[in-house]
Amino acid sequence: MTTLVEARGLKKRFGDMTAVDDVSLSVARGEVVGFLGPNGAGKSTTMKMITGFLEPDTGTAEVGGHDVWRDPTSAKAKLGYLPEGAPAYGDMPVADFLSFVGKMRGLRKAELNNRLAEMADRVRLTEVWSRPIEALSKGYRRRVGIAQALIHDPDVLILDEPTDGLDPNQKHEMRNLIREIAPNKSIIVSTHILEEVEAVCSRAVIIAAGRVVADATPRDLVGSKDDGRAIQIRIGSPEEASVIEKIKPLADGAELEVMERMNGSTRVLLRYNDKPEDTRAIETRLKSADLPVEEVGIYRPRLEDVFRDVTTRIH
Amino acid sequence: MTASLSSVSVVFGREFRAYFATPLAAIFLVVFLALAGAMTFFVSGFFARGSADMAAFFTWMPWLFLVLLPAIGMRLWAEERRSGTIELLMTMPVAPWTIVLGKFLAGWAFTGVALALTTPLWITVNWLGSPDNGVIAAGYLGTFLMAGAFLAIAACISTLTKNQVIAFISAAIVTFLLVTAGLELVLGAIRGWAPYWMTEAVAALSVLEHFQRITQGLIEAPTLIFFGSLIVLALMINTFLVDLKKAQ
Repeated sequence: MTTLVEARGLKKRFGDMTAVDDVSLSVARGEVVGFLGPNGAGKSTTMKMITGFLEPDTGTAEVGGHDVWRDPTSAKAKLGYLPEGAPAYGDMPVADFLSFVGKMRGLRKAELNNRLAEMADRVRLTEVWSRPIEALSKGYRRRVGIAQALIHDPDVLILDEPTDGLDPNQKHEMRNLIREIAPNKSIIVSTHILEEVEAVCSRAVIIAAGRVVADATPRDLVGSKDDGRAIQIRIGSPEEASVIEKIKPLADGAELEVMERMNGSTRVLLRYNDKPEDTRAIETRLKSADLPVEEVGIYRPRLEDVFRDVTTRIH
Repeated sequence: MTASLSSVSVVFGREFRAYFATPLAAIFLVVFLALAGAMTFFVSGFFARGSADMAAFFTWMPWLFLVLLPAIGMRLWAEERRSGTIELLMTMPVAPWTIVLGKFLAGWAFTGVALALTTPLWITVNWLGSPDNGVIAAGYLGTFLMAGAFLAIAACISTLTKNQVIAFISAAIVTFLLVTAGLELVLGAIRGWAPYWMTEAVAALSVLEHFQRITQGLIEAPTLIFFGSLIVLALMINTFLVDLKKAQ
């Protein structure tokens, strides 16, 4: 596998705030890396350093084997980039804008026309092709941003929140598009949406407070928290404190944790030090104590739980 | 080298067309022609002078330009920074100076269009009498060079802010200082307390001095170097500032 993106020890401070603190990341061809983290964790700053837009205080980044700072032109030529918010020249029609970007990226006439036609078709922009970008819906604007990043068929694609503000159908389309182009490229996608990572990414990198706190396949990330020693109970009652009081004596030795409250029901986690009891036994016991039990089962953590766990621990 | 040239011309093409994408270009041209006309005919009394030359027109150019060129230059970088497109621009595989140059040339060409639209006056002067066309050509050259210098300064200042209005006002103030640097009013105020060399240095910065010589038909090396180096220096600072300010 060829490594197309290699970042080593990236650090960036703004004033006395350390935005990115020693981030290293390497992405091979064919990989789609989901870049996750709470707001302000340093996702965008890291991406900006890899694209060569922002100079790191220390550390290096290579794109397609070219150092982003020593040989910026070669590195940038290998790269397609969708900045946060998909900026574009609002007064330009879609076709003119994409043609401008294509020319800046060195595409010659015949090749440019081919690529433009392919973008119109693949990113589905035909309908709005000659409309000014400022007159487009958010979904279309995002797509123009993707087309702009793809126009020169780059080896490396860096997408900062490509599905932000899209409706569920548009998100679905965007994910399909990313999956389609993935096999021959290295792609880094930042997102808040965890299901997205599970849907399109072969690897998830979670960063919090400027540091990488997890780097694994989504499956392994979830698996690492899945020891089969926790039981999840859903109770159809909103009164949390009293519910906990009632459950406590019935779940011997388990540590109780309220996971979430929603629509009048409460999700409670029982963590055991050892192999837990039979779920049916617990259910019977809870029911006989007049608790409105809706569901009892072995707890399988979701990516969301892992995310919360690794990103909140650091603070 | 060819890659650099091509990126200059691609940026030039986009920027030049961007001026005409909004009614702003038309408004600008109308305001410029109306003001230039009003100054020439009513304030300077073009007909009453009874002389077939364009001195009445050129006299006003520094004063008109110190308002109009900041207006042309204000959006060049402030707008890129405000909308975030600077992030696209600066991640293109081209040298940043090519973008700076392309943008500058687009604004300068636009100014050229504005100046070209004043040529009916030149024709009129020829129709009314027999002017020294060499002097008038020199006047146009001087006006265009001065416009370039003002624009380069305005473009440079527009990298410092995301707000076009602030970019406009700051550039107007700086160009105003450059224009007035040679006036006795300013020099007199400095002479009282500053050493001799400083007064001379300020006087040497005077756009007006160089401009007046060239509009009299004197195309001299110091004048060309003066405007040329103002442009080059401002563009170099511009390139440096873009890099410094792009991510803020």
